[in-house]
Amino acid sequence: MTSINVRVDGASYSDDVEPRTLLVHYLREQLGKVGTVVGCDTSNCGACTVHLDGNAVKSCTVFAVQADGSEVTTIEGVGSADALHPVQKAFHEMHGLQCGFCTPGMIMASIDLLQENPSPSETEIREGIEGNLCRCTGYQNIVRAVQQAAGELSGSAGQA
Amino acid sequence: MIPAPFAYARPTTVDEALQAIADGGEDVKILAGGQSLIPVMRLRLAAPETVVDLTRVTELRGVREEGDTLVIGAMTTHHDVITDPLIAQHAPLIAEATETVADRQVRRRGTFGGALAHADPAGDLPAVALALDAEFVIAGPNGRRTVGAADFFVDYLTTALEDGELLVEIRVPKLSGTWGVRYEKFNRVAQAWSIVAVAAAVRRENGHIAEARIGLTNMGPTPLRARATEAALAGADATPEAIAAAARSAGEGTSPSSDLNGQADYRAHLVQVLTRRAVSAAAGL
Amino acid sequence: MTVTEDAATLAPAKEVGQPRRRKEDARLITGRTTWTDNMVLNGMLHLAVVRSPVAHARITGVDVSAAQQAPNVVAVLTGRDLAAEQGSIPCAWPVTADMVNPGHPSIAVDQVNHVGEAVAIVVGRTKAAATDAVELVDIDYELLPPVLDMETAVQDGADLVHDELESNTSYHFVFDAGEAGTGVDTEQAFADAEVVVSRRLVQQRLIPAFMEPRSVVVQPQGDNFTMWSATQIPHVLRVMLAMVTGVPEHKLRIIAPDVGGGFGGKLQVNPEEVLALLVARRLGKPVKWTETRSESLMAAHHGRGQVQFIDIASDRQGNVKGLRVRLLADMGAYLRLITPGVPALGAFMFPGIYKFPAYRFECDGVFTNKVPTDAYRGAGRPEATFAIERIMDELAVELDMDPLELRRKNWIGAEEFPFTTVAGLEYDSGDYEQATQKALDLLGYDELRAEQKRRRESNDPVQLGIGFSTFTEMCGLAPSRVLGSLSYGAGGWESASIRMLPTGKVEVVTGSTPHGQGHETAWSQLVADQLGVPFEDVEVLHGDTAVSPRGMDTYGSRSLVVGGTAVVKAAEKVVAKARKVAAHLLEASEDDLEFADGKFSVRGTPGAAVGIQEIALAVFAAHNYPEDVEPSIDAEATFDPVNFSFPHGTHLCAMEVDTDTGMVKIRKYACVDDVGTVVNPLIVEGQIHGGLAQGIAQALYEEAVYDADGNLTTGSFVDYLVPSAADLPHFDTANTVHVAPGNPIGAKGVGEAGCIASTPAVVNAALDAVRHLGVSDILMPLTPERVWRAIHEGGDGGARAAAGTNAYGGAQTESTAGVSTPQSSLGGDR
Repeated sequence: MTSINVRVDGASYSDDVEPRTLLVHYLREQLGKVGTVVGCDTSNCGACTVHLDGNAVKSCTVFAVQADGSEVTTIEGVGSADALHPVQKAFHEMHGLQCGFCTPGMIMASIDLLQENPSPSETEIREGIEGNLCRCTGYQNIVRAVQQAAGELSGSAGQA
Repeated sequence: MIPAPFAYARPTTVDEALQAIADGGEDVKILAGGQSLIPVMRLRLAAPETVVDLTRVTELRGVREEGDTLVIGAMTTHHDVITDPLIAQHAPLIAEATETVADRQVRRRGTFGGALAHADPAGDLPAVALALDAEFVIAGPNGRRTVGAADFFVDYLTTALEDGELLVEIRVPKLSGTWGVRYEKFNRVAQAWSIVAVAAAVRRENGHIAEARIGLTNMGPTPLRARATEAALAGADATPEAIAAAARSAGEGTSPSSDLNGQADYRAHLVQVLTRRAVSAAAGL
Repeated sequence: MTVTEDAATLAPAKEVGQPRRRKEDARLITGRTTWTDNMVLNGMLHLAVVRSPVAHARITGVDVSAAQQAPNVVAVLTGRDLAAEQGSIPCAWPVTADMVNPGHPSIAVDQVNHVGEAVAIVVGRTKAAATDAVELVDIDYELLPPVLDMETAVQDGADLVHDELESNTSYHFVFDAGEAGTGVDTEQAFADAEVVVSRRLVQQRLIPAFMEPRSVVVQPQGDNFTMWSATQIPHVLRVMLAMVTGVPEHKLRIIAPDVGGGFGGKLQVNPEEVLALLVARRLGKPVKWTETRSESLMAAHHGRGQVQFIDIASDRQGNVKGLRVRLLADMGAYLRLITPGVPALGAFMFPGIYKFPAYRFECDGVFTNKVPTDAYRGAGRPEATFAIERIMDELAVELDMDPLELRRKNWIGAEEFPFTTVAGLEYDSGDYEQATQKALDLLGYDELRAEQKRRRESNDPVQLGIGFSTFTEMCGLAPSRVLGSLSYGAGGWESASIRMLPTGKVEVVTGSTPHGQGHETAWSQLVADQLGVPFEDVEVLHGDTAVSPRGMDTYGSRSLVVGGTAVVKAAEKVVAKARKVAAHLLEASEDDLEFADGKFSVRGTPGAAVGIQEIALAVFAAHNYPEDVEPSIDAEATFDPVNFSFPHGTHLCAMEVDTDTGMVKIRKYACVDDVGTVVNPLIVEGQIHGGLAQGIAQALYEEAVYDADGNLTTGSFVDYLVPSAADLPHFDTANTVHVAPGNPIGAKGVGEAGCIASTPAVVNAALDAVRHLGVSDILMPLTPERVWRAIHEGGDGGARAAAGTNAYGGAQTESTAGVSTPQSSLGGDR
């Protein structure tokens, strides 16, 4: 067991973890942060995407011990039902989700993309979320959602 | 899947890392970005006794200049490589190839040195390092040694790194003169590994191709240089016909594998097409 | 201002047809969800399944002693331990009277028949402990020859999957229109035909690949059991688990919480669900099993898997005269819930939208040493649509006709509905010409044809092609009597109930269990219109057999058509019951009451009105209500359709083919679908998009590949290529609306349309681009290698190498894809 101190969604946690514990399992099983999910074994699907010190990473491909001393933001920390993040709001507005399983990771990846590129083209959005698989939507409404959120975040009118 | 249990060490300096490796027992794995190692451990294809995590070894991060050489710390992430101004100026081929690696989340964690030390024949960066005649600085219990790219990649997933050693930095000669570059990657879906890819750097002089360096991804158990094509291009006219003719020998000396994305003969064909395209683009055609 | 105008101005907008944002989203976009794997119960144990690494073998020894002694392992159970109580995974669709069903153990006892079959279960205090101990279970296998290729498996003297059976054929299903009286003699039609075109087409195996891995939690409480499962079918599962395990149905409660996609892949009674229940019963402790993606790809059922021999007859002018289909359908090693029924359901769709006078269909269900197949989005209909839309193109080539002209010449005219087809189905409504015209406009057809011509003439290395798919499908599964006539083991009705709460809020209970389709939103829209209550006042409950006791669940594009209609019927009953109370409260005759916008008003007496939400409170208080009624306006309804519904549409794909590399790229995709009444255009469009993605993925990317030993080499997402946003094009979609006459909503179903229609459009487009280079077929998926081979070597692109990619050092292990032998390693780097 290794001791770690992590800030997750604005709260500090001290825990002992086995080194082999994946960050996503730590979040889900020890912290109850079940908003972040696991969809594959090979870091292809991106469902587990969280922000580690502000950058989107696949939490199934990071050990919890590696997050020691770091700040983690999950889908549960970016907004709430009363105060949605613009990207969350845009996914709702543009029907960018169906079953919703990929959605937390998709939103976290999209926020990361928009931080780096505030007004991406359609191609840049599609490539920006290439690490996140969705089986329901065919992605078109996800792309629209990211476009809409980009518009809102940059203060201009949303583009549909 | 959950990886098998292992002992974990998190050094903060290269010396500590070497010590941790020495102390780690029979089967030590060095964790750089972990973007290949952790999936492999989750599949229990690897179950090391000890994992030495280099994430906190800050001296291994970053890019600097030493005269005509660019020195890239082994733990520099793909993201940092892509956004680094020195690399953009002196080794744009590395940036271009790195942009095609996996996806944005993986590029946040994955590292330049990790990708090279993993030596996956389908990985994008080994062929680039080979094309650019990069040198690999290896730290070990007995000090440091430098290995040229041609000697670094030994076999499938195998490099010149010995037990107890660590890749610390990669020295890339700056391209001087008028060079054009292109990484031509061929895969079936965006996130997938290369079926075949070609890294080309071309120096033009007076409408001729003065020099071409061509690295091949996934045309054998190690990255390869398309030496016959390079030779044919040296001094050739920078014309589509001359490039196409030279590219026909791109597969010479290669031994591609067969898998569900392509059989060997298809890869042998692809490498010619992709070499033609990469060299043409690098030559500004 | 007249009273009429007043009403029109003040009336709330009708909900049906509005692009309402979904009620479901709030919990999903904030991560406040209830996936099954989120469940944690006190004392909960974790299951890990030891799976066969070989495709076909006798089990000659099982040693679990090391695993049993491992730390934090509570129990290790083998097939022998559970043999007496496990029963057989049920098959609800014996398509012929003499269908052979060898039985399907949830855990292998003496023999394994596919890689990934369960052979032991480790029960641990933690998931890690159970997973670690899997490697300690030692099983000896005596290898048997694997049966992998259907065309070989049906030969005389072939190796057998089940050696107690006489052959690898489970059943021989025939539909002959001549014998059924729905067409003329097929053999005669072919004998008399001027032109006959025959093709062998292949529908590769696919993996549903829902994003949420399967998961099940079972909590025993005395002799009661509660199961949470990531399932599409909690109601069906309850009945079947009771029958299989002997746990009485009324002692079993099934809950499907938020379910992360299904696509038919969670339309199953899974071996792991049976095993979790058995283990929980045996140990008296709550248990959880959640699969890894590798397990999911390997052990959850697959879809498709057909070799299609199809013949079409016509005259020289292109008037079709007959259609003959012979299928080999891959069952896999066992028959699961509707394994044999999938190709049989497809039998009725091969004639598509065309007026064939003669039709004969034959299908052999064939056992192989692979994981069983079963429903996957479309289930039988994509296979049929692919075959007919491909062969129509081939016939057009043979006749030197424009493929669209050939279709026009033969399709059912708008004025001919309802139209009874040669397969005996009565198509309800539609206009194929209208949808096609609209789709051609959306695509910009003429400009693309002109570009195609230019590229051909200039011998451009990148060629362009345009592919058609003018399709229909049978949806709204299903009329119970029709299912009975097809030997299906259950009905196709759906149930709903409406509870009017004292505060006027409305609870709608549906038996149709969603997993991403947006029932909570769409049903709220239906009820808001029917009862005249605000959309926000409606809550839709589902997915728990204790809350929603009757249901047939969600599949086959049935939810709105059947389940939504049940909701509407229940609402009508609520209004009828409320009308009696309203008459009483208003001291008026029922006949004098009008119901509009949620209010009963007395005709001709302005101001005399009472709202249905007020009536709910009145009957709750029950101080003042009519003598002859119960003090409740709640109601329930069960709807059983009398016919299927038949969505149709025209899908057009423009495809670029790089002839140097074989890489294909969709340039533009346009489709116009007629799904009847659109309740929520946002949801309908989303369903079309998602279906397109899956249909395109079948054409271009996905295939469950087995090597010569029966190992699944596409055992992870490294090799099983689910496309990302960067791999799919923008879709241009539109609708025409011809209401379905068979239900009061007028809806036809939309869940499968995109998936059914798109695959042949994509393949036809690629072929159209390279037809002039001598290519007449390319196997799916259209890998660049296959396209390149077809162009440069002729043929259909040929078989792929079976080895997985060398990425991640092969990304495969014994535990993900089985054991490799020299046969399976050919050319591979595994």
